[in-house]
Parts: sequence; C-alpha cells; structure tokens
Amino acid sequence: MSAFSIPVPEHQPQWNLPARGPVAMYCLIAAEAAIFTIFVVAYIFYVGKSATGPQPATVLHAPIFLTVCLLSSSLTIHIAVRSLRKGNVGRFAWWWCGTVVLGGIFLAGTAREWRHLIYQDGLTIQTNLFGTTYYSLVGLHAFHVVMGLGALTLVLAFAIHGDVRPEHSERTEVLSMYWHFVDAVWVVVFTVVYIIGR
Amino acid sequence: MSTASITIGHASSERPPLVETLHQWVTTVDHKRLGVLYILYALIFLVFGGIEATIMRIQLIRPHNDFVSPEVFNRMFTMHGTTMIFFAAMPIVFGFANYLVPLMVGARDMAFPRLNAFSFWLSAFGGFLLYFSFLGGDGLYGAGNAPDVGWFAYAPLTSQTFSLGHSTDFWILAVFVSGLGSMGTAINIVATVLCMRCPGMTLGKMPLLAWLNLVMGGLVILSMSPLTAAQLMLLIDRYLGGHFFDAQAGGSAVLWMHFFWIFGHPEVYVLAIPAFAFASEIIPVFSRKAIFGYPVMVAATLAIGFISMSVWAHHMFTVGMTAAGNTFFVLSTMAIAVPTGIKIFNWLATMWGGKIQFRTPMLFCVAFLFQFLIAGLTGIMLSAAPFDWQLSGSYFVVAHFHYVIVGGILFTVFGAFYYWFPKMSGRMYNEALGKLHFWLFAIGFHLTFDFMHIPGLLGMPRRIYTYEPGRGWDIWNLIVTIGVFFQAAGTLVFLGNLLWSKWRGVAAGSDPWDAWTLEWSTASPPPAYNFAVLPEVRSRRPLWDLKHPEDPDWHYE
Repeated sequence: MSAFSIPVPEHQPQWNLPARGPVAMYCLIAAEAAIFTIFVVAYIFYVGKSATGPQPATVLHAPIFLTVCLLSSSLTIHIAVRSLRKGNVGRFAWWWCGTVVLGGIFLAGTAREWRHLIYQDGLTIQTNLFGTTYYSLVGLHAFHVVMGLGALTLVLAFAIHGDVRPEHSERTEVLSMYWHFVDAVWVVVFTVVYIIGR
Repeated sequence: MSTASITIGHASSERPPLVETLHQWVTTVDHKRLGVLYILYALIFLVFGGIEATIMRIQLIRPHNDFVSPEVFNRMFTMHGTTMIFFAAMPIVFGFANYLVPLMVGARDMAFPRLNAFSFWLSAFGGFLLYFSFLGGDGLYGAGNAPDVGWFAYAPLTSQTFSLGHSTDFWILAVFVSGLGSMGTAINIVATVLCMRCPGMTLGKMPLLAWLNLVMGGLVILSMSPLTAAQLMLLIDRYLGGHFFDAQAGGSAVLWMHFFWIFGHPEVYVLAIPAFAFASEIIPVFSRKAIFGYPVMVAATLAIGFISMSVWAHHMFTVGMTAAGNTFFVLSTMAIAVPTGIKIFNWLATMWGGKIQFRTPMLFCVAFLFQFLIAGLTGIMLSAAPFDWQLSGSYFVVAHFHYVIVGGILFTVFGAFYYWFPKMSGRMYNEALGKLHFWLFAIGFHLTFDFMHIPGLLGMPRRIYTYEPGRGWDIWNLIVTIGVFFQAAGTLVFLGNLLWSKWRGVAAGSDPWDAWTLEWSTASPPPAYNFAVLPEVRSRRPLWDLKHPEDPDWHYE
C-alpha cells in the first residue's frame, strides 16, 4: 500500500454550466416528441381511410372533464415544486398528492372510455385503421401518464415518509418537466383525435 | 496555489483474480471501461458482419454458384446490414464518444455514469437477441430462422402473412432495444458536452470532436425515435392485429418507407459526423498545424445535421412521389453537398503547408478524404431523381453507400483506433503492421467497391442470390469478391496488431503524438478519475499553451 496526494486549489474559478438534470430531461422530451410526432402523423394520414366502421364521428366524445383534470395537474405540480423551493415541505406534499389524484382521475376516465368503446361500440385495435391508430396514439399517451404517475407516486411515498427535503427541489422540478410534457402532448392528442380527426 | 491536499490510499498493485476483474468490468460505470466495452463489442459484430458479407461475395463470385441457398442469402444480407449499422458502426462511434468526450472536455466521467452502463447493456442485449434468432427464430412454426426481410424491412414483407415464425420479431426487438440504448447514450453525450466542461472551456474552445459528438447526439435523439415509433407500430401489427402497414385494410406500405428513412438518412450522418470528428482531430496533429476554419467547421456540422433531417425521401424516388416532392428532395439532397464540401476544403487547408507525418492514423485519414469525395460525387449523381430512377436498387447504389460507410467512415474509425490506441492501452501499436493493414485494406476496398459500380451501371440488381452468365457482370463480380479477401486479410492484421501491441507493444507515455487536446495531458491509460486536478483551459489547444508558454494560442483566438 502506498499513498499519494492530490493538490486542491484554494480558489475554484467562477464557472457556471447548465445543470445536467434539466438538460437530459429536455433531450428526453425531444426524443419523446419525435416518437409522438410519428404516431400523430400516422393518425392524421389514416383519418377517414378506414374500410369499415365504426367511424370516429359516431363513437368519440371529447373528454372535456378529463382534459381539465390533466391540464390542472400541471398547475398543481408547479405550485408543489415552488413550495418545496421555498422550503415548505408540507405544502409540497399536499399539492403533489393533488397532482397524483388528478392524473389518476384522467387515467381512470381513459379506462372507462376504452371500456365503452370496446364493449358498447365494438371498436378494438383490430377492428379497422381508426381503431389501430386511435388505441396506439391514445394508448402511447396513457402509457406516459402511467410512467409519470409511477414516478410521482414514488416521490409522494418519499414525501410521506419524510425523505423529501428542500434541497431536492431541483430533482422534483426535473420530474415536473416530464409531467408538463405529458400534459402538452395531451393538448396535441386531444386536438388531433377529438377535433381534427372527427 | 495548493495549500490543502487530499490523500488517497493506493490500491494494491497485485493483479486481482480473474473473476474479480471480470466482475469489475461487468459492473463498471467508468466511461473509459464502458467505452472499451462498446468498442470490443462492436469489433466482435464487425467480424460477424464481415463474415456474412464474405459469404455473400463467395456466392456471387461466378454465375449459377450454389455456395449457399437463396434463403440463406436473404438472411445474410439482412443480418449483414442490420449488424453493421446497429451493432458495429453505432457502438464504435458511441464507444469512442464515451471514451474521449469526457477526457477531451476535462471531465471526470460522463454526466450520468449509471445511465451509461444501462445503455451499453441494452445495446449488448439487442445484439445478443439479433443473433439468437439463428436458434430461436422458428418459434413454434418451424418456419423462421434469422431475419430475411432486408435491413430496411419493407412492408408488407414483414406482416404475419409473409414472415412466419419469429425471425422478423427478433429483428424488431433487437433494433428496438438497441435503439433505446442509443437514445440513452445520446442524451448522456449531449448532457456531458453541455454540462461537464472544465473551467474556461466555452463552447467555442471545445475540441471539434466534442462539438461533432454533440451534433451526433442531437441527431440520434431526433432520428432513433421515429424508428422506435415505427417498430412499435410494426409490433402492434404483428402481435395485436393492427393495420398500420396492412394494405388489405387500407394501411400503407409507403408510410413504413417514410418512417424508416426519416431515421435511415440522418443515421448516415450519425455515423459520418463522428468520422468527421476523428479526421478533425487526427489531420491537424499529423500536419502539425491547428485546424483550419474552426468556426466554419462547427457551422458546417450544424448545417449537415439540420439538412440531413430533410432529405430522407431520396431513398424513395422510384416509389412515385409528386413532382414537387421529388424536386424538394433532389434540391435538399444536393444542398447537403455544400457544407460537406466546406469540410473537405478545410481539412485540405489544414494539411496545406503543414509538416505532414504519414503515420498510420494519418494514412487512413488521407484515404478517407479522397474516398469520401468520390462517395459524395456518386451521391450527387444518385440525388438527381431521373438518374436514380435508372439505378435505384442496383449495385451502383450498393457501391455508393459502401463507399461512404467503408471508404469514408470505417477508414477514419481505423485511423481513430491507431491514434487513440496508445491512450487506451498505454502501449504503442506496431507501425509496420499498421501500414500493412492500411495497404491491404485500401487495395481490397478499391478492388471491391470501385468495380462494384460497373455491374450496377450494367443493370445488376442488389439482393439477387445468383445471376445468368453472359450479361457482362461475371468479371466484375469476380474482381469484387477478390477484393473482399484483401479486406479480410487487412482486418486480421489489424486485430492481430491490436492483440500483439496490447501485450508486447512498447510503453507509449502520456503524449506520443505531441498532440494538443486534454486527453493527452493525463496518463495512458488514464486513471479512473481522469484528472487529479480539473484542468483550466484558455484556448482550443490547451496542451499547446502548456508546451509553448511563450506563444500560447489564446493570443490569437
């Protein structure tokens, strides 16, 4: 065994770089946006090309309430992160919990909508092009909601356990960027599926 | 300046037992080890892909040859293309990026070391999955084997009806999984370049290699994702009974082509831009001059990355697009020649008036300049839609893109191997063997791919397993196949050189080339923490400043 010494300079120079968390999240969002773009293009390309019914105009109903829930969850998560940055952990946990509830309502609503489509309207992913593209695009978004909710719930569990502290505000902010992205994608999906595609 | 100091206990100098060493390699999150793992993994697949190419060329050496059956031939060209692009070329460029980017920007590791390991093992698993198809591809049907639908897997060939068994599923999942790994690594590279630079290294003072890998990372993020989405759709079609690419139910086979090539063309630049990066580091050092036109090089790279996203449908001129569509893709494809041409002139201007040293890395880079120019010229020929209507799907196209990928990219990758081998292993390679490799490979390359253009012009289509005698193709195919043996011999010399030098080479020292970038300021091979003290830089060539305090670069930049 031998030992050696590493000199440590007294003055660290001023040198500010972007934080790696947000940069990586922006990159991930760019990649995800590209994936969604392909699915949206496929959806728009196949609008009105289904050989057989059911058609979107007859079976789709715009889920206004669910949309309001999901979009409000962006606001609640923003307030939660801001509370944590100010050091108010209790307030953070409540608003974070609200976000999880709103996301859960959205997911449950989607499940109900799908159940209706499958059992009442007879539309499955195999039925026609509309079914294939609809379940793929909305399902891809729902998959992202599920992933987001999983991560949010994990943080909520940490918060309830008392492990979330103000110094974690940057990390929760990175997670909130992902959640904002999921909401923004829903605006696109909603416009394409329930407005243009109908 | 140093008043305080940290004392680090030195690890015992005895070699740990083999199991422990292997365990360390499997569980490592060190960017250098992961870089080496990526490169070794890619070399294995390079050999696999090379064997598949050799099998195809032996089959085509003369008309009516029956070395392999048509079915095997289909599997060989599919596996060759998929292997070389996804499991040889991409891991090689990722491996070098992993190894070099943190060292060159003066960081101690990548931004996300564990994500780095995760991405590598995803890619490794993808490669394993692809080759497992030889055993598991027939599933319960007794019908499949390795994938045989071509590397771009056009619909409807990939539907359940025409592709029984699991061969296509293995292809989809292998590419999908390795694609997720590629995205992870790309995110890591971008975050490392943007967030981990050492003090003083502004974007304008980064080595070109870091700049170009930043652009490459961005391209991977934006181009692998469409492929991933398209693979998801194909999985939905094959497993859930969807109709995305099912023409019977109104689906479109052309949509798959668009989705594939939206990935496929930027992918060429995902591979070419790191190759440019190697050339941009090697050519200045062996010309003993700073790179000519650094800002223009960066701008040209960004322009290439940008334009490459809008040229994909030049792979589809024969599909029958509208006149406006054809015109757009002709013009955008021709436009990409402008920034690429700027780069070639900048490399030539770097060499101009320099004290050129023709060491092995430089030989490969000079050959790259010449061959990449020719590859670009045939590319411009093919970008003209009427010319492409004649030659699309012929051996002329095969010759063109192998000129890009072998003559352009692989040559600089070989150059990079020789240039950074002393850093990675701590030993010098054997110069004589290196030159032998270069000449064998250059002769083989030109025999194969120069002469491959001619049967293409004479109308020989790609992917045929045999051909009739008397069409004027025979002699050219013979020459092409002979060239393959030269290339194989060159590759064997290369691998032998690596192995021999790793154990028997002379010690290289930290800076064998008298180079200027930060990776040469630390030991060879670098310690786990890279730099004992994080460097502080004031110019693009920090080591030049250190070696020439009387005339530092930052006086001029």
